[in-house]
Amino acid sequence: MARVVVDVMLKPEILDPQGQAVQRALPRLGYEGISDVRQGKRFELEVEGPVDDDALARIHQLAETFLANTVIEDFTVRVEEREEVTPA
Amino acid sequence: MTTRIGVVTFPGSLDDVDARRAIRLAGAEPVALWHRDKNLNQVDAVVLPGGFSYGDYLRCGAIARFSPVMETIVDQARAGLPVLGICNGFQVLCESHLLPGALTRNDHLHFVCRDQRLRVENADTAWTSDYAEGQEITVPLKNGEGGYVADERTLDELEATGRVVFRYLDVNPNGSRRDIAGICNEAGNVVGLMPHPEHAVETLTGPTTDGLGFFTSVLKKLVAS
Repeated sequence: MARVVVDVMLKPEILDPQGQAVQRALPRLGYEGISDVRQGKRFELEVEGPVDDDALARIHQLAETFLANTVIEDFTVRVEEREEVTPA
Repeated sequence: MTTRIGVVTFPGSLDDVDARRAIRLAGAEPVALWHRDKNLNQVDAVVLPGGFSYGDYLRCGAIARFSPVMETIVDQARAGLPVLGICNGFQVLCESHLLPGALTRNDHLHFVCRDQRLRVENADTAWTSDYAEGQEITVPLKNGEGGYVADERTLDELEATGRVVFRYLDVNPNGSRRDIAGICNEAGNVVGLMPHPEHAVETLTGPTTDGLGFFTSVLKKLVAS
C-alpha cells in the first residue's frame, strides 16, 4: 500500500479568517516573529496497487473535482515515501 | 392542476419543512424529495433548503453535490427547471457549478443570526418576479459560511449582466464581496441566496412576510407557462 498526500490550501487572494485568528493568538502564547498563518487541509489516501502515472492522474482528477474547490482553493498531489518497517 | 414544487432533504437539512410550509402558504403543492432518489416525481420547480448537508464535511455543499438527486437537478436546471438554493442550498448550487463563485467562512468567524435587510436588484428571475427592482425586504439570515467570493472578472460579469439578485443593506454580515447576498444563472431560472425567505412567510414566526414573494413568483411563472 502506498500513501498519496493531497494538500489543499485557500488561494493566496482568498481571505483566510481562520489562519488570521491563529496568527493573532501567537503573541499571546509567546511566539513572536510569525507574520502570517494560512490554514489548509491534508488528505492521506491509502492506495491499493501501484501508484503509477495512471493512478496519479485519477487522484489528480479526484482532487480537482472533489477534495478541492478550485474556485477558491489550490491543491498539490504527492506520493509519500515510507521507510520499510522491519520486524525486530 | 396544482403546481408541484419539490424540496430536497439531504442528511443534515434543517429548513426543508419550513420551505415546504412556505410553498403551501404560497398556494402550491410541496413535494418532499429524498437525496438518494434520482426521481424528481415530475415537480415543476425545486428548492434546495438550508441546513448542514452531510455535516458540512469537506466543504459546505461539497458532498451533497454528488448525491443522486443532484445529478437529475443539475441536468434539469440546465434545461430550464426553476431551482432556488437557500443558504446551504446556495452552497450546493455553487459546488455544482450551476452558479459561479463560492461561499467561505464569515470574515469575523462568528455564526450570524439576524433579521437582514436586502435590496432586490433583479426582479426578472423565476423566483423574484413578484418583487419590484430596488424593493427592500427583510428576512432572517443565519450562517457561519456565507461570505460570497468569486474572482474580479466573474464579479464584474455578474454585475454587468444583472445577475446580482440581492444585496445586503445596512451591514455586510459575512464579508461577501460587493455586498452580494444572492445571484442567478444566465437564464434566471437558478437563484441562490444566503438569507432565508422561507422563514419570513408568517408574522407569527417571522419578522415580515417579505419572503413569500419568492414562492408566489415561481408559482405565477409556472401557471403562466
